[in-house]
Amino acid sequence: MEERTRTDLENLKKPNGSSVVSLLQEVQEKYNYLPEEILREIAKERDIPLIDIYSVATFYKAFSLAPKGKHKIVTCSGTACHVRGSEKVAREISRVLGIEPGYTTKDGLYSLENVNCLGACALAPLVVVDGKYHGNVTPAKALELFKMYTVHEKEEKEEAGCRCATAKELAK
Amino acid sequence: MINLTLNGMEIKVEKRTTLLEAAKFYGIEIPALCYDEALSPYGACRLCLVEIGTGNHSRLVSSCTYPARDGLIVRTHTERVIKARKLLLELYLATCPSSRTIQDMASKHGVTTVRFKQKNEECILCGLCVRMCAEQMQGKAIGFVNRGIKRRITAPFAKKSEECRLCGGCMYICPACQARCQGPQEENPVCNACLNLSPPCLDYFQEAMCYMDPCVACELGTGRKAKFTY
Amino acid sequence: MNVLHMRLKTPDDLDKLRDDIRQKQEKDKSFLAVCGGTGCSSSGSEKVREVFQQYLNRHNLKKKTTLKFTGCLGLCERGPVVIIFPQGIFYQKVQESDVEEIIEKTFLKGEIIERLLYQDPVNGEKFIYADDIPFLKKQKRILLGNNWLMEPTSIEDYISLGGYQSVVKALTKMTPPEVIAEIKKARLRGRGGAGFPSGIKWQECYDAVSKQKYFICNADEGDPGAFMDRSLLEGNPHSVLEGLIIGGYATGASEGIIYVRSEYPTAVKNVKTAIAQAENLGLLGENILGTGFHFKISVSTGAGAFVSGETTALVAAVEGRLGEPRQKPPHLVERGLWGKPTVINNVETLANVPYIISYGAENFLRLGTEKSGGTKIFSLVGKVNNTGLVEVPLGMTLREIIFDIGGGIKNGKKFKAVQTGGPSGGCLPVSLLDSPTDFEKLNSAGSMMGSGGMIVMDEETCMVDIARYFLRFLEDESCGRCFSCREGISRMLEIVEDITRGKGSVEQLELLKELANVVKDSSLCGLGQTAANPVLATIRYFEDEYFAHILEKRCPAGVCRDLIRFSINEELCQGCDLCLKKCPGEAIRGEKRQPHTILGDKCTKCGICLETCKYNAVVKI
Ligand SMILES: Cc1cc2nc3c(=O)[nH]c(=O)nc-3n(C[C@H](O)[C@H](O)[C@H](O)COP(=O)(O)O)c2cc1C
Ligand code: SF4
Ligand code: SF4
Ligand code: SF4
Ligand code: FES
Ligand code: FES
Repeated sequence: MEERTRTDLENLKKPNGSSVVSLLQEVQEKYNYLPEEILREIAKERDIPLIDIYSVATFYKAFSLAPKGKHKIVTCSGTACHVRGSEKVAREISRVLGIEPGYTTKDGLYSLENVNCLGACALAPLVVVDGKYHGNVTPAKALELFKMYTVHEKEEKEEAGCRCATAKELAK
Repeated sequence: MINLTLNGMEIKVEKRTTLLEAAKFYGIEIPALCYDEALSPYGACRLCLVEIGTGNHSRLVSSCTYPARDGLIVRTHTERVIKARKLLLELYLATCPSSRTIQDMASKHGVTTVRFKQKNEECILCGLCVRMCAEQMQGKAIGFVNRGIKRRITAPFAKKSEECRLCGGCMYICPACQARCQGPQEENPVCNACLNLSPPCLDYFQEAMCYMDPCVACELGTGRKAKFTY
Repeated sequence: MNVLHMRLKTPDDLDKLRDDIRQKQEKDKSFLAVCGGTGCSSSGSEKVREVFQQYLNRHNLKKKTTLKFTGCLGLCERGPVVIIFPQGIFYQKVQESDVEEIIEKTFLKGEIIERLLYQDPVNGEKFIYADDIPFLKKQKRILLGNNWLMEPTSIEDYISLGGYQSVVKALTKMTPPEVIAEIKKARLRGRGGAGFPSGIKWQECYDAVSKQKYFICNADEGDPGAFMDRSLLEGNPHSVLEGLIIGGYATGASEGIIYVRSEYPTAVKNVKTAIAQAENLGLLGENILGTGFHFKISVSTGAGAFVSGETTALVAAVEGRLGEPRQKPPHLVERGLWGKPTVINNVETLANVPYIISYGAENFLRLGTEKSGGTKIFSLVGKVNNTGLVEVPLGMTLREIIFDIGGGIKNGKKFKAVQTGGPSGGCLPVSLLDSPTDFEKLNSAGSMMGSGGMIVMDEETCMVDIARYFLRFLEDESCGRCFSCREGISRMLEIVEDITRGKGSVEQLELLKELANVVKDSSLCGLGQTAANPVLATIRYFEDEYFAHILEKRCPAGVCRDLIRFSINEELCQGCDLCLKKCPGEAIRGEKRQPHTILGDKCTKCGICLETCKYNAVVKI
């Protein structure tokens, strides 16, 4: 195993034995997903059956076993968003990206997620791109939001490195 | 000792007895798919339902997990119980028709038609294998993953488990991985096939190890490759 | 005076501190409250605050006023919201560019800026003062009221508003049984869903014999379409801590745990800050205010599972295990967290406790109904004009909430139903608009109070689709242990989906009802036991809609994709090409300035054409 993960693991080994869930939360936070070798390592160090860790990791929605894309797109499908048409919005985004919610595009750029309520229901329907909230989204607005985004991303790709802040103009 | 009423009888049972155990002791038969005497109760199959309480406050609970309590009024075969049980069996047949255990149980309870769309799953997620592995084989090799309708039984990362000792305990206890009954054939009205229905894998497979997703036994029969999805 | 470095040793110390803070704040009675709630933040209130701060700094106005970044004020859709005190002038949809004008005109000269005022969506009347706005005026904000007046992360603000007085009263003047008696007398019922009387729950825990007991605050708020607990924790975390301390004192627990869902990062942050502040002051921890009572509070974050809000599952989740419910009994007072007696209360339930202790059960009872005292916060959302949080006395009718406070239905449409109780609740039709919102009435109507989500639906909402929506939610969120719940929900969904596709039959509808009742009867926990409610309630009140789908293959609300189609009215179409360009499915054909047509097989039914057409030529049939 890499040196890097080793030291990380040292940090995760808390003396008073924090729970599996909180351990996994830390790993998730750090890597943005749960790498297999780390889960195996935790199982060994903590003497917890691997299957128990694996069960917990797949039970809760906050955990992901596959790496996430560079940009995280979250569509809300809470009740309030639903009655204001979030399903149509989600479907359009899904279609444009060519992936179902829960997956990441092949180029590793976008992850699409669908959550059951973001708690900002007054602004329904909601789409969150890289942590930025967009309220009252319609399918047409979503596409527009998207077009700007992809253009932006393409330009970025040509230059080296990523300065990809959320496209501010989209907020309007 | 705990005093309770079971189908009108005043009975006494030891502390920590479950309603299912109490009923069994008094010779009342309650169907169960996820229960095994040697394993801890789990309450997943919901076939062991009984009605507790009376009047408007009565409700159904799974007898395998419900502890006997003083003064409890338990009825094991009320109309409400039978109705729920029959519909659940119909659902079982519609979901996992290949199991002989389920087929037998359904016919015993007079469930003859299936009004739901037919699925063909190999596992009913009763969790017997998981408990067998953990509690009797000290294996902890397999377990539940995901939740809700996506719930499955598998080994970690859907890979060959390092903990599994290939004891076959999981296959032994599984009520679902059995070959499907073909019905009586013309030339041989009594086929006796039921006698031989058992997981075929143990005979065929030296390296048999059941990840249950789908189970290797079924893979053998259908020639399908295991497909793991998240 | 830095509050964070002193430790209060007696109740008198707290009084003295309060006087000090009040004296200091006396000077700046005028302050600017910028809403920092989630809704307003999403509409850019943080930027607005920054600009305010810069402007105040630049023009040396810092001494004249304070800027407060408050919790949610309730009218989230009109965000960012700014209130100018002491007058209480209410400005909505404030942009960065408005800041200068607000300070120069309103703050310094007292002039009103017309365009920022709240305007009634129905009659167009404008309101200057927050207290006059019907949305706020009709509410009774005993829990949310202080959100305006304080920064959530400032314990000084909270103390100056009388904070922690109820803790002092409970700890010094009342015995635990007296506290419990008061809660019982106030008829406080759980706000987390089931409405169980909290006093009885506390009593059971008090009676349980054990050295160690736990008190958990349930802030998992998994109900989609609801954000009351979020706003309380984000906007007024100390009030929840206060309730928790009193609860711990009354039940004999020495440890409190707040279980917050990780989707609420601000709530987690604010609660943690609040705990640290209270600990520093000696309001939490060892020997609180010298009374000899020890109580500590920790925060545990959820990892995203609706079912973990169920009490037994919550305990499992806090212990770090799979958040799966288990059989009750044994109840939590017999075997709770780490096997010890445990009480679980919802955030809002606990936030009510300080009020009851401070003002007495009589005053609390004066608010609610005969069987349950106090107020309830609802998140009023959906197709209603004023969306946001409303706090009303229990028993107010649905009509008053939706029409008087909510300002009626958006875009002048017709009211069809209101959904309460989240995935466990049901949709109530027009005929029940005058029924009061109390636990019993909602239950007998086939819905429930739930945690307080109130989703308003108009004629463009399809009730079969709503049933489908909740089933899909539950299929995903059930833990999957019970066959009846896991497979039952999925099979109900199968039938309902068929209906929305025009493939249902009357027999299937009967089967759906039969199955729904069995799922209800035979599942282990509350999720499975109530999973059928959305289906049963929509069938009960809107059966005609089901029949329209089944018999006429028609979706009256125009929602179900397979039963609708888009088409262009040739007479109205100007051939502007707008829809053609926007259509993602390239389904629209036509020469410029000639009427266009939609090719049915290519249409993805996204409705973008309908949305973009300026001439209303696109119709949905
Ligand atoms: C599936 C399910 C989910 C629940 N989710 C929540 C929740 O998110 N927040 C909450 O306060 N109560 C929730 N509850 C209700 C709790 O089980 C419990 O009744 C409540 O927290 C008790 O507090 P109270 O008496 O103050 O209402 C849920 C119940 C079920 C069955
Ligand atoms: S064969 Fe492997 S998985 Fe099955 S019970 Fe034995 S150890 Fe467990
Ligand atoms: S594999 Fe067999 S024993 Fe294991 S859960 Fe499925 S049906 Fe039960
Ligand atoms: S009723 Fe549903 S959510 Fe509750 S324990 Fe059973 S399967 Fe899990
Ligand atoms: S035997 Fe009780 S639920 Fe399966
Ligand atoms: S978030 Fe500002 S009013 Fe609710």
